Amino acid sequence: MFGKLSLAAIPYENPITISAVIGAVLLGLVILGLITYYRKWTYLYQEWLTSLDHKKIGIMYIVLALVMLLRGFSDAILMRSQQAVAAGGSHGFLAPEHFNQIFSAHGSIMIIFMAMPFLVGLMNIVVPQQIGARDVAFPFMNSLSLWLTTAGALLIMVSLGVGEFSQAGWSGYTPLTELQYSPGTGVDYWIWSFQIAGIGTTMSGINFLVTIMKMRAPGMKAMRMPLFVWTTICTMVLAVWAFPVLTAALAMITLDRYLGMHFFTNDLGGNMMMYANLFWTWGHPEVYVLILPAFGIYSEVVATFSGKRLFGYGSMVYATAAITVLSFSVWVHHFFTMGASPNVNLFFGIATMLIAIPTGVKTFNWLFTMYRGRIRLTTPMYWTLGFIVTFAIGGSTGVLLASPPADFVLHNSLFLIAHFHNTIIPGALFGFFAGYYYWFPKAMGFRLKESWGKRAFWCWAIGFYLAFMPLYVLGFMGMPRRMAYYATPAWHPYLLVAALGVAVIALGILFQGIQLLVSIKERQALSDPTGDPWDGRTLEWLTSSPPAVYNFPEIPIVDDIDAFMEMKEKGVAYLRPDHYKDIEMPKNAPHGMIIGLWAFVFGFAMIWYIWWLAIVAALGILVTVIARSMDDDLHYIIPAAEVERIENERYSQLAAAAKRRPADEPAIPEPVPER
Amino acid sequence: MKRKKYSVLVGLLSLSAVTFLGGCSTILLFNPKGPIGESERFVIIAAIALMLIVVIPVFIMAFWFPLKYRASNTASTYMPKWSYSAKIDLVLWAVPIAIVTVLAILAWTRTHALDPYKPIPSAAKPINIEAVSLDWKWLFIYPDQNIATVNEITFPVKVPVSFKLTSQTVMTSFFIPQLGSQMYAMGGMQTRLHLLADKPGTYAGHNQQISGRGYANMHFQAKAVSPEEFQAWVQKVRQSPEKLDLERYEELTKPNAGYYPVTYFSAVKPDLFLDILRQFDPTWGKNPGPMSRGPGSPPARPDVPEEN
Repeated sequence: MFGKLSLAAIPYENPITISAVIGAVLLGLVILGLITYYRKWTYLYQEWLTSLDHKKIGIMYIVLALVMLLRGFSDAILMRSQQAVAAGGSHGFLAPEHFNQIFSAHGSIMIIFMAMPFLVGLMNIVVPQQIGARDVAFPFMNSLSLWLTTAGALLIMVSLGVGEFSQAGWSGYTPLTELQYSPGTGVDYWIWSFQIAGIGTTMSGINFLVTIMKMRAPGMKAMRMPLFVWTTICTMVLAVWAFPVLTAALAMITLDRYLGMHFFTNDLGGNMMMYANLFWTWGHPEVYVLILPAFGIYSEVVATFSGKRLFGYGSMVYATAAITVLSFSVWVHHFFTMGASPNVNLFFGIATMLIAIPTGVKTFNWLFTMYRGRIRLTTPMYWTLGFIVTFAIGGSTGVLLASPPADFVLHNSLFLIAHFHNTIIPGALFGFFAGYYYWFPKAMGFRLKESWGKRAFWCWAIGFYLAFMPLYVLGFMGMPRRMAYYATPAWHPYLLVAALGVAVIALGILFQGIQLLVSIKERQALSDPTGDPWDGRTLEWLTSSPPAVYNFPEIPIVDDIDAFMEMKEKGVAYLRPDHYKDIEMPKNAPHGMIIGLWAFVFGFAMIWYIWWLAIVAALGILVTVIARSMDDDLHYIIPAAEVERIENERYSQLAAAAKRRPADEPAIPEPVPER
Repeated sequence: MKRKKYSVLVGLLSLSAVTFLGGCSTILLFNPKGPIGESERFVIIAAIALMLIVVIPVFIMAFWFPLKYRASNTASTYMPKWSYSAKIDLVLWAVPIAIVTVLAILAWTRTHALDPYKPIPSAAKPINIEAVSLDWKWLFIYPDQNIATVNEITFPVKVPVSFKLTSQTVMTSFFIPQLGSQMYAMGGMQTRLHLLADKPGTYAGHNQQISGRGYANMHFQAKAVSPEEFQAWVQKVRQSPEKLDLERYEELTKPNAGYYPVTYFSAVKPDLFLDILRQFDPTWGKNPGPMSRGPGSPPARPDVPEEN
């Protein structure tokens, strides 16, 4: 009846896990209770859960990302505390079985359920507005992507309290992940959470590719697209090419584990090398899926706050495209030590070094954008500068690792851990934070408090150096990654410093939480009545903050790279059209959420071998898909009069803001009442 | 004031370089004890030095530009429309291309020279060791001496050691940091590794690839000794009452809870290493020639012939 599931699956005996589970469940109950108490269920359902509005979907993605950031960071705290105490004969407070689950969950969560939702969320909020569109190409598929990602995240969260998570690392190398060596349900949780979320990401990829290809405002030629749009399109090309490989590799492990096949086993012709190749054929482009959008964000931020056009736009675009193509030709650098011939290793090693060329060009382009600018050192700018300095180190260690002889001694050591955190944290996460501060007023209608933002930045930056620079040294000292305990006393002081670094980062996260609360409390004072709080250059700053559901009452016409800046300079930014037209927008639909729920049930049933439930859930998905396809009534019309009412309100807001404007803020042209 | 900052930075960098190079004994990779490790250290240092050509200007510009062009400094030049310079663009592309070219040439020569499959040229006859990774310990078979050990290897100094690696279970990575290169050990497959110790000593070795709950216990000692000491050690192992037959091997493959103590075997079943490989692929080694590999051993890269 319940497959392998029994009460024994709940980890009562482990005080750390069970207290985390109780804490999470209680928190969940409190949130549900508050929603019920304030009678917000209908609001939540109608305005958020079933919404197909790209801006709301984007906000939900970011909420998911921030929640998962807390979870992934808790894992980091546990790992660093364990290694800070498990020295010289002590085995610490975590058993190896538990420690292995923690680092596996940390990697899986941070990449698939923190970074990915964060970047897709930012793209959702920004990209349609930057290209002057009213929504993405496939609004329903967008909602489905969100709910599939959430279903995967929910599965990982459930693995904390029901059963266990994988002990084989986020990359899940076979044959360790085969049934013979990992008989528990942990690997199955890893497989199904990745699989379900991965399908969601593939759909996001298709969605944004089509959106950017087909829905750009008239006049926005390829070489006039904002850099964030460019990096989004490159990212999504990578996602669409790479994620199916992950799907296939996971499907093959699934067949091995569930049906006794032999794709990646030691015996009967299976070969784990095939898995390593498939995994990294996805895994390496995935790294650029994380980093390219952040590169786009930095490009927007640095141009806006330098009050200057981005330096070397063409170079930036070609560099991004070069990184996109090259990122598919480097995956073997993840396993130079597998015994391939020097020429094979060199092909991939030199291809890896080549990526440093466009990346270096981009770095200097950002620097030259600041050159002869008027730089406002706001929080997004802090993150950008922190990135440039820190990423220079991370990029260099990457070039070092690209050299096979160096990799032979540094592979799988803490040097590698330091390297990829040194690229992904400043390269991706700092960028997402910059984007979070930069576009927060656009999404929410008010700015975040600068003072707490800067405090948070300094904690993150200092904490980062404390946490990861010692790991470089430990790599040179020959310490392998993923050690539950160790006997070498010389490593201990460095791991203590690293643990201190994590504590400082924790302070940074705390300050970000405080910042959010303080900003909500002071939202009147921080409000953004104009929709253009930073003197922006691109089209998303033309809309109100938060934008009307249709974004643009009339689709703007683009004739320059920095379209909005150019409109402001010509004094045509806030021109009113003669008359408004009816606008057709997608209706809300619950089907995405329902399919997500069924996907979660399906994954859970497969993990626990509850076959009947898996069949029911699969049928549930099928029926929901059919029901959605039979529904022809997908749109609603916002009448021109309603558009006019909303826009009149917007113009009176703009006029009031123009009167209130303090002298040091950028000029907002007086709105022209009639054309 | 600014100058001072940079000189402090440069000072710190050179100080840390000196700490490394001066040979703080715990920084193992900067204290290699053999030619492979030494050569790899050179690659690391050369790459770091070359990358500093880019990193230092980035640091300088990232601090200097925001300071000079801050909004409050209205005396600085402001060119909001200036966004391209062919000269700067050329330099921005040319410098990284030049650095990567140098690095690529360095990588090319060193990767060929340091191919772990390549025997180390030496007048001495190499010591052959067959290493098998088990859950969670290392078995070392000396086929020429017909002895075996667990979690310890001993070999003469200045004599090349030729490893054949495989795994009884999951993939692991065999690594002695101070001697250089690591190499994966995989079930049903054989990989090769050649190392040499210049100086006598006891060097830490371990598995560097997560292999399950006993992963942290998979470390061993590698002892480089004089030829006489090596002979004495072989005799000592031969005194051991334990013999490694198939039955004893079965027992060894069982997972161990803590650290598996160093064990000596005075005799080994002939061709045990081949038997271990053939558990997963019965045709292993039976079909010579690169095109006729057995089904389970496609990566069985042919050994590199000896040079002299």
